Amino acid sequence: MTSHFPAFLARRLGQGVIVLIGVSIVTFLLLYVIPNDPASLIAGRAANADTIARINAQLGLNKPLWVRYLVYIEHLLHGNLGTSYIERTQVSHALLSRVPATLELVSGAIFWEVLIGVSLGIIGGIWRGRLPDRLAMGFAYVTVAAPQFVTGLIFLYVFGFKLGWLPLGGYGGLSYLLLPSLTLGLLNAAWHTRVVRSEVVREQGEPYVEAALARGVPRRTVILRHIVPGAILPVPTLVGLDFGYLMGGTVIIDQVFGWPGIGQYMWQGIQNTDVPVIMGVTMFAAFFVVLANIVADIVSYLIDPRIRVS
Amino acid sequence: MTMAIVRSKDAAGIPRVKIAFLASVAAIILIMVGAIFAPMLISASPNLPLPDGMTIDGLPRPPSWALWFGTDNLGRSLLARVFYGARATLLVGIVSNSIAVVIGVLVGGLAGMLEGRAQAAVMRFVDLMLAFPALILAIAIASVIGPSLWNAALIIALSNWTWIARVAFTKTLTIKERNYITAARMLGASRWYLFRRHLLMHLAPIMLVWETLGIATTVQMSAALSFLGVGVQPPTPSWGNIIHDNQSYFTVAPWTVLIPGVFILVLSLSFNIVGEYLHERMEKLESRSRETGQDDADETRRGRLEELEHAG
Repeated sequence: MTSHFPAFLARRLGQGVIVLIGVSIVTFLLLYVIPNDPASLIAGRAANADTIARINAQLGLNKPLWVRYLVYIEHLLHGNLGTSYIERTQVSHALLSRVPATLELVSGAIFWEVLIGVSLGIIGGIWRGRLPDRLAMGFAYVTVAAPQFVTGLIFLYVFGFKLGWLPLGGYGGLSYLLLPSLTLGLLNAAWHTRVVRSEVVREQGEPYVEAALARGVPRRTVILRHIVPGAILPVPTLVGLDFGYLMGGTVIIDQVFGWPGIGQYMWQGIQNTDVPVIMGVTMFAAFFVVLANIVADIVSYLIDPRIRVS
Repeated sequence: MTMAIVRSKDAAGIPRVKIAFLASVAAIILIMVGAIFAPMLISASPNLPLPDGMTIDGLPRPPSWALWFGTDNLGRSLLARVFYGARATLLVGIVSNSIAVVIGVLVGGLAGMLEGRAQAAVMRFVDLMLAFPALILAIAIASVIGPSLWNAALIIALSNWTWIARVAFTKTLTIKERNYITAARMLGASRWYLFRRHLLMHLAPIMLVWETLGIATTVQMSAALSFLGVGVQPPTPSWGNIIHDNQSYFTVAPWTVLIPGVFILVLSLSFNIVGEYLHERMEKLESRSRETGQDDADETRRGRLEELEHAG
């Protein structure tokens, strides 16, 4: 069985590369094909026909499409995501400098979503149909429906303003991390809750559980030693997928909490209609999702024997 | 991803409709009525500041008997802005989701009808689009085509059609195997005809479920886009941009943010509950009809086999 792994890995990586090429094409089309006029933006007040023509030549915007795409790909392979219209800095540099902050935020979010999501899922699955289950599922429903910016503002208000326990946004130590990561994690916790809950319910129906109970194993041991490990098998995969999406999904949180991450960079990009910045972040976000998907697939292949057999 | 909302049955085996479902339907209807009939129901204008809209310090007025929702940061009636804002949010939510469902069903359904390489290519494309986080993609498109109400609807549709295409694809694959489809194909029906005549009718009920569940998401995305300033532009109110405008006043005037926020929550939650309920009802119907269908098919097959045996 382990001899199949290199083949699986090669195939999965190959698929990933193809998807990344596709992502680059879509991003490129969005950036360059939809009519916009970067030259005027750059030229600013000094814009006249001459300047615009010169900027167009400089940016290579007057060459045929496929040439521009190849140039774009060449830049990408060298890690060059373009230059910000407004700040004249390299997009890739600015982006990479913000990655640590976002990584911190995303890790915190994953911590919360696993903690809250899995516990509620287990509770809901074990006490299925009764009050704890209703509460857990109700909570899951509400957190999914609540807009992130509203929950974020509420948390800031209650814990930052009224109670003064935590700072009102910004970047620093753990106390700054707590609220934004909690807000971010709360939304995805619902997903974990549902999956773990249905897994717990499924495990409860397994013959070996009945056998253990018949043998006289105390219920608590059956739950902790047998049901829970089986039920949380999908969680690492979910976490992997979440990680990918979260890296690109922090725009709102960054804005509400003043977090200096990738989301904030995207936000600045929108404010200034700074197309290279916007597209750079988009490309980066999609890249991360693809990467995370590949890792998640590999991890679930390694953990879950059932996948290998199928 | 279903939750057993409909769980209890009475003696006759008919499921008892849960309070949550009814409450959700009521909430949706109330909000829609409020949005549609806003001018008739509310005398205040959503865009004009009220003469006594602000306190001496220039702050919004809190909710009171005179002003049910209070005023916002410019002294405008929050009640009026929320009701008129419901129009923008609902419109964008419903329109964008409908477009997304149409695109998704077309892409997913047709992909299901195709075979081999073509089918794989289409589904690869869908997977590719799934790699872009919805909000990021929406913002990216908004940056190039500009923010407005209708653009927002288009943008959200383009960011949200992929999951529908996926689900439509898997559904189509199961329907494709059915006897009458095979029979029609043997009689020479073209794939397009099959799609139009049979598949769409079969997908129609589940499309309703996707429509409802999808609106829960698109309403939120519409609010998020407006909150970030790339959706409906002020002064036209939408729940998202009301919150955007009043963010900095949150500590002194929390109602300006909380009230539209609660509305977004309630609308999204209601559509979620209704959608899940419809989903469950539909699954029950399907499993029942599938059982009877299979029995019939088995019987005719067996009958014919016996005929052949005895005739020879």
